[in-house]
Amino acid sequence: MSRALRFWVLGVGVACFGTILVLAFLAMPHFGTSHHPYRDLAVPASVAHGSANVISSVNFDQRGIDTLGEETILFGSVIAVAALLRPAENEEKKEDPGRRVPFQATRMFGYVLMPVTLIIGIDLVVHGQVTPGGGFQGGVVLATGLHLLYVAGQYRSMEKLRPMPLVEVSEAAGTAAFAALGFAGIGVTGAFLANILPFGSFGQLLSAGTVPLFNVGVGLAVASGCVVLLAKFFEQVFLVEKAGGDT
Amino acid sequence: MTIYAYCVAGALVLLGGIGIARSRNLVHAIVCLSIAQSGTYVLLLAIGYQKGALAPVFGSTSKPNNHVVDPVVQAMTLTDIVVSATITALLLAIAIQIGKQHGTVDPDELSSLEG
Amino acid sequence: MTVLIAIALTLVLAGGVAVVFSDDPQRQAVTLSVYGLLMTVLFFLLAAPDVALSQLGVGMVLVPLMVMLTIRKIRGHR
Repeated sequence: MSRALRFWVLGVGVACFGTILVLAFLAMPHFGTSHHPYRDLAVPASVAHGSANVISSVNFDQRGIDTLGEETILFGSVIAVAALLRPAENEEKKEDPGRRVPFQATRMFGYVLMPVTLIIGIDLVVHGQVTPGGGFQGGVVLATGLHLLYVAGQYRSMEKLRPMPLVEVSEAAGTAAFAALGFAGIGVTGAFLANILPFGSFGQLLSAGTVPLFNVGVGLAVASGCVVLLAKFFEQVFLVEKAGGDT
Repeated sequence: MTIYAYCVAGALVLLGGIGIARSRNLVHAIVCLSIAQSGTYVLLLAIGYQKGALAPVFGSTSKPNNHVVDPVVQAMTLTDIVVSATITALLLAIAIQIGKQHGTVDPDELSSLEG
Repeated sequence: MTVLIAIALTLVLAGGVAVVFSDDPQRQAVTLSVYGLLMTVLFFLLAAPDVALSQLGVGMVLVPLMVMLTIRKIRGHR
């Protein structure tokens, strides 16, 4: 259809959808209400299982099956990107991406902040049940921390720090650990993804039963998944080109 | 103020849709999809907000109590943010392959499905 | 506090408009990064530190980086 007709249809659609949305918003509880039935159920359940971070408890203890589904989506889409961005038959992989040296200040920034970011990422993953954090956030911070080496201009060093077979195996290991813990729950109590370890004392590092283990598994899977994704994109830009040598 | 937050969320979703419809570049459309997704995050968090309540994390300064914002919507939003980033990566990879195969990423020129 | 949230919501809406109506994808990647920062501030004001941490890493670094790499690959190929 022509562009003008498309915009007319879009206008009608936006107007109708917008009207329906506003009518729905007028019937909802107002912003800032104190009527939250899910919170009244979730917070006592989380405290009873010894978890100080209620959100981690909801993610890994009370609604673990949803998180398993999300992990599967993540795993599947990383596999799909890795399959899509393989060099095709008429392409070849160069060996050397060429050197470009950034500013001194940028390089120092990258070198100094990379270990700091990696430590912060590990801290976020491990303390997920006590402070705001957890597997997902810590995994993303770990993946971005590794790429500070690329900001500092050392693409080759970054490649050495992330051997691709190891990263791919660790992503699978993280996802498999999540599922294995779920099956261990069946083995002990008969319920998938049940919380089977002792709950510990509130606010300590080893509390909330299996939540720390889930956090580590998810952190590993998310960090490795994001590293694989970025690695495929970097490869495509820097290393893959049409066979025959033109750029 | 009672429904302003919800209206901003709805506006973001509609903006994303408008951006996809008027886009001349597949990568631009993918970024607009990301904006529409963020509109849903704002809606979820706005539903769970309570005026004057704290974050649902307890520690030495805040003992367990019920005067916190809704943790269930926050749990949904936080896994969604990370997973939809990988979906965006998948869409970008498809855009790269389309660019290689057809030489263009303009949706209007990519109308026919060929080889 | 409510005034701060209202200001943050308005800034987020303005950022969304800026991202959608900037037509060059390279410029859009940078605007998307700023939009991610505005969203992080909004989430923090809505008492959601976990979600803000997630959005910070993903919206400011991962997605704009991948968008820029995609643009570079597509442009280099044409």
